[in-house]
Amino acid sequence: MRYLPLTPSDRTAMLAKIGARDIDALFCDVPKSAVVPLSAFDLPDTQGEMEVERALSRLADKNVAAGAGPFFCGAGAYRHHVPAAVDHLIQRSEFLTSYTPYQPEIAQGTLQYLFEFQTQVALLTGMEVANASLYDGSTATAEAVLMAQRITKRPKAIFSGGIHPHYAETTETIANLHGQVTRAPVMPGRVADLVSLIDEDTACVVVQSPDVFGLIRDLKPIADAAHAKGALLVAVVTEIVALGLIEPPGFQGADVVAAEGQSIGNGLNFGGPYVGLFATREKFLRQMPGRLCGETVDADGRRGFTLTLSTREQHIRREKATSNICTNSGLCALAFTIHLSLLGEEGYAKLARINHAKASSLADRLSKIKGVSLITPSFFNEFTLKLPKPAAAVVEELLGKGIVGGVPASRLLPDEPSARDLLIVAVTETNTDEDCTAFAKALAEVLS
Amino acid sequence: MSETRFTDQHEWVRVDGDAATVGITRYATEQLGDVVFVELPAIGKTLLKGAEAAVVESVKAASEVYSPVGGTVTQVNDALNDDPSKVNGDPEGEGWFFKLKSPNTVDFSALMTPEQYADYVKGL
Amino acid sequence: MTMNNQGRPTAPGTIESNELPTISGDRGLDHEEKLIFELGRPGMSGVDMPQVQISETRLAGQRRRGPIGLPGLSEPEVVRHYVRLSRMNYAIDAGLYPLGSCTMKHNPRLNEKMARLPGFSDLHPLAPQSTTQGALALIAELMRWLTTLTGMPAVAMSPKAGAHGELCGMLTIRAAIEARGEKRLRVLVPESAHGTNPATATFAGFTVDEVKATPDGRVDVAALEAKLGPDVGALMLTNPNTCGLFERDIVRIADLVHKAGAYFYCDGANFNAIAGRVRPGDLGVDAMHINLHKTFSTPHGGGGPGAGPVVLSAALAPFAPLPLLLHDAKGFRLIEDRADLPAGAKPFGRMCAFHGQMGMFVRALAYMLSHGRDGVRQASEDAVLSANYILASLKDTMSAPFAGPCMHEALFDEHFLEGTGVSTLDFAKVMIDEGYHPMTVYFPLVVHGAMLIEPTESESKESLDRFIHVLRTIAQEAKAGKRERFEGAPRLAPRRRLDETAGARKPVLRWKPKDLPRAAE
Repeated sequence: MRYLPLTPSDRTAMLAKIGARDIDALFCDVPKSAVVPLSAFDLPDTQGEMEVERALSRLADKNVAAGAGPFFCGAGAYRHHVPAAVDHLIQRSEFLTSYTPYQPEIAQGTLQYLFEFQTQVALLTGMEVANASLYDGSTATAEAVLMAQRITKRPKAIFSGGIHPHYAETTETIANLHGQVTRAPVMPGRVADLVSLIDEDTACVVVQSPDVFGLIRDLKPIADAAHAKGALLVAVVTEIVALGLIEPPGFQGADVVAAEGQSIGNGLNFGGPYVGLFATREKFLRQMPGRLCGETVDADGRRGFTLTLSTREQHIRREKATSNICTNSGLCALAFTIHLSLLGEEGYAKLARINHAKASSLADRLSKIKGVSLITPSFFNEFTLKLPKPAAAVVEELLGKGIVGGVPASRLLPDEPSARDLLIVAVTETNTDEDCTAFAKALAEVLS
Repeated sequence: MSETRFTDQHEWVRVDGDAATVGITRYATEQLGDVVFVELPAIGKTLLKGAEAAVVESVKAASEVYSPVGGTVTQVNDALNDDPSKVNGDPEGEGWFFKLKSPNTVDFSALMTPEQYADYVKGL
Repeated sequence: MTMNNQGRPTAPGTIESNELPTISGDRGLDHEEKLIFELGRPGMSGVDMPQVQISETRLAGQRRRGPIGLPGLSEPEVVRHYVRLSRMNYAIDAGLYPLGSCTMKHNPRLNEKMARLPGFSDLHPLAPQSTTQGALALIAELMRWLTTLTGMPAVAMSPKAGAHGELCGMLTIRAAIEARGEKRLRVLVPESAHGTNPATATFAGFTVDEVKATPDGRVDVAALEAKLGPDVGALMLTNPNTCGLFERDIVRIADLVHKAGAYFYCDGANFNAIAGRVRPGDLGVDAMHINLHKTFSTPHGGGGPGAGPVVLSAALAPFAPLPLLLHDAKGFRLIEDRADLPAGAKPFGRMCAFHGQMGMFVRALAYMLSHGRDGVRQASEDAVLSANYILASLKDTMSAPFAGPCMHEALFDEHFLEGTGVSTLDFAKVMIDEGYHPMTVYFPLVVHGAMLIEPTESESKESLDRFIHVLRTIAQEAKAGKRERFEGAPRLAPRRRLDETAGARKPVLRWKPKDLPRAAE
C-alpha cells in the first residue's frame, strides 16, 4: 500500500527483534472476543489514487459551486477572492505538516506567524491583545461569555436579537451550564432595548455588528450602559472585512471581541474549517482562553517567539483551565495572516469599500422592485429585504433561474413569524455587475 | 516575638501578635522553577486552614497555595505583580504572599517547627 | 612503496567552529526574517483592485476614521517572507515526528487535492440543500466509515476538534442522565489521563474524581469499583491508555460502569493502534471522539484545524447535537433546528455554527478510501509493530517503566538518566541537534520524566533503525558522563533555547506601532 513503507521482510525482521511470534502476539492484551476479522467490516478494500479521485469527483460534481453562477449567500460565511499565493504558501510542507509549536527552537516559522496574526487581529478589532485563534466565531462567542462570567463572577448573559442564531444556540449550549442566557426579541432591521435588561447579575451583553440581518449597530451606548452596571460588552463580528470600513468594536467600548475570520484567506468549505478571532483588554489577559504566542529571546540573545501563559490551558491546569481547548485553527490562521499581509492597509480598506459599494448599489436596485422593501437602513455588504411572499419559496424559484439569491431568514429562524418574508442578501467583490443585473431581473420576474 | 512554622505542603507562616504573614518555602520554589505569576487572594477574604488562598505559576505548572492557618486577609504583596522573581530570590522574606489578622492559634500550634520541616524536606 | 602522507587532509581534524560571522547575519540557506510589520511601505499592496468611491449614508455614522496600522507589501515580498518563515519549522514531510499521542503520520497529498475540488471548497453552508447533495452524501459516507470501524450505531459530526468532541460526548451523557430524571455529577478519570479530560468534564458541569493506576500502568479496577456510585455519571477512559497500553480489563470495566448506571466515555486519541482490528462498540463504549487529524491523517497544520466527530451508542444517540443528517427518498437533508426533528431525537443543543469541518471530512474520507479496510488494519498493525520495535531495541539502554508489549507508542522514563545530571528535557533538546523533533516529554504524569514515542506506520525500517541508533547513542553518552553534547542544547536549530520565563513574566503578545491607534477606553 503506497502509504505504508514496511515490507513483509521488514516486518519479519522486526518481529524477530521483538521476540514475538506474529503481530497478533503484540495484541495479546486485547480480549480475544474483541478482535474482529476484516470481513466484519462492510467497507471496500485499498484503492489507488485514480479510483479515489474518480469517486470523490463524482460527489463533488453533484454540488453546485458558488462560483457557478450569480451567488448572494452570506449569513455568517462570505465568498471572497483569495489570492493564489495564499493557498500555495499554506501547502508548504513546513506549514501544512508541522505540529503545535511546543518545541519553539524548531517552530519559529509557526510562532512568528502566530505573533503576526495576534497583532493583526488586535489592530483590526481595535483591542489591546488577541489570542492565536479559536475554532470559529460561534465557539469564540461562547468562550467570550464564559470568560465574562468568570471575570464578573455573575451568571447572566444578555443576547441581542441580532446575533446569528447558530452563535446564540452554540453559546446557550455551553453558557447555560454555568449561568443563564437571556435572548432579547428578534427585531429585524431595528434595535431592541437591551439596556433595560442589564442588572447586577449581568456578566455581559452580547451584540453582533453588523448583525445577522446586516444592520450596523451602535455599540457605544450599550457598552456604557453595561459598564455602569459592572457588566462587560462582548462584540461579535461575522464578516471581518467590515472592519476595513467601519469603526472597530474596540473603539466603541467592547471588552471582548469574538469574530469569524473566514472571509480573509479561507474559502467557504461548506462550513469549516474556519477561524475564530478573539481579542480583549490587557487586564483580562489571564482569563483569555486559547493559545497565546509571546515574544522573548533565546540563549544567544536573539529575538524569538514561544507559546506562553500556558498555565491557563487544559494540559497544565486540568480541571481549573480557562477552557478545554487544545487546538487552535493553525493553518486557517496562517491563511488569514498571509491574505491580510497581501492586502495591507490600502488593500484591506479598498476591499471593504468595493464590498459596500456593490452591496449598496444592489440594495438600491432590488428595493425598487414592486413589493420589495429594504429593512436594514445601514449595512456593510449584507442587507435584508422584506418580500411580498415567503422568502424560502422565492429562493427556490430564483434557483430555477440559475440565481442563488441569498439566505431566507426562515432558514435560521424557523419559529420566528417576522422572519418568514425576509431575504438576507450578501454582496462581495466576487459579484459582477452582470450577476447583480441577472439577480434584479430574476427577482422582478419571480415577484411579478 | 515572632515565630515561623511550616506545613507539609511547603507553605510557611510567621505569626507576630495578632498578625501573620504567609508564603512558600525555598524548597517549593526549587521544585516550581522560575515563578512567573502569583494570583493573590482578595483583601478581606476570610480563610479557613487548608483553604485555597493563592495560585503560584511557573512556566509549566500552576500550584495552589493553601492557607496554613485560619484568618482574614489584610494585605497582599502587590510587588509580586511587577516582579514575581522575588518569590524565587527571597521566598521567606521579600517573596511573601499575603498577611492575615487574627490567625488561628490552634491551627498554628499543629504546624511543623523549622527543625521539623528541615527534617521533613530531607526525607523527600 | 613509500606512502605519501604529506599533503592536504581529506577529513577535518578537529571540529572547527563554523562561527565566522557573515556580513548579512544570514548563514547559507538559513535566513533571519523580521516581522511583517517591520517590512513594507505605505500605499503598497499585493492585491490589485479598482479604486471605488462610496457614500457614507448607509454606514450609520461609523465610517472608520484613523488608520488600522497594517503594513503594505507586494506579492514577491509576502511570498518571500512566509517561505523564509516556513524554513524555520520542522515537519512530518521533513522527518520523523515521534510525538506520543499525536499520531504524526504522513499527510497524503491526494487529500489536499480532493478538498480543493470546487464542488467541496466553493460551497456555502447555507446554500439551498438541493445544490449540496454531493457534500451531504460525502458526510454520510464518512459517517458510515466511522460507525462501521467503531461498531457504534451513530456519530455526531459537528465538533471542530478532539477536545470539542470530548465536550460533545460529555454533554450527550449529561443530557441522557437528565432525561432519566437523575442527578449524577461525578465523573471518574484515571490519573494518567490527558489534561483535556478533567478540563472537559469540568466544562460540562461535572466534578472530577481521580482513579489510581496499578503498577503495570493500567486502571486499578478495584479502586474504580469502589468509587462507582449513584452519583457517578461517567468514566472517561483512554484506550489504549496514555502509557501506550491496552486496558486488559476494559470489558469488565464497562460492565461495572453500566451496572452502576453510569456511561463509558472513551478518549479516542489512540485509535490508531486498533483501527480495523477492534471495535470500541464491542468493548462497551458509549461515546468516543475520533481525532481525524490523528488517526485519519488530516494535516496538523502547525496546531490546527482539527475535527473531532463522536461515535455514540444507542443509549446516547438520541441526544446528539444539531444539526442531524437525514437520508430519505427525497435525498439528503440537514436538520438544523428543533422545528423539524425526526421521532425520538432530543438534541442537547448545538456545538458550533453550521455543520462541521467539511474540509477535514473530505481529507479523511480520501484517506479511508485509499487505505480501505485492509489498509486501515495494516496501518494499525505497522504502527504497533514499529512502537514495539523501538521499545525492544531501546529498553536495555534506556528505561521502560512497563514491560511490553506496548500498543502504538512506547513509554520510557528518566530512570536511566539518574545521576548523570542530564534531564529528560536535555535529552529532548539534543535530539533537535540530531535533526529529530523530540518525542512527547513529561507526559503522562504518572511516570517521572516521561518520554512517549509514537513512530506511526509511516516510517520505513531504515528510518526506524537510524532513529534507534541515534537515541541509543545519546543515552549511552549521557550515562557515560559525556556532558558536552547536552550543555546548552540545542545549538544547531534556528534558535537556541528560548527564555520562557521572561516570556511569561512580562508577556509581549503583539507588535505595537509607535503611535497605537486610539486604545479602548
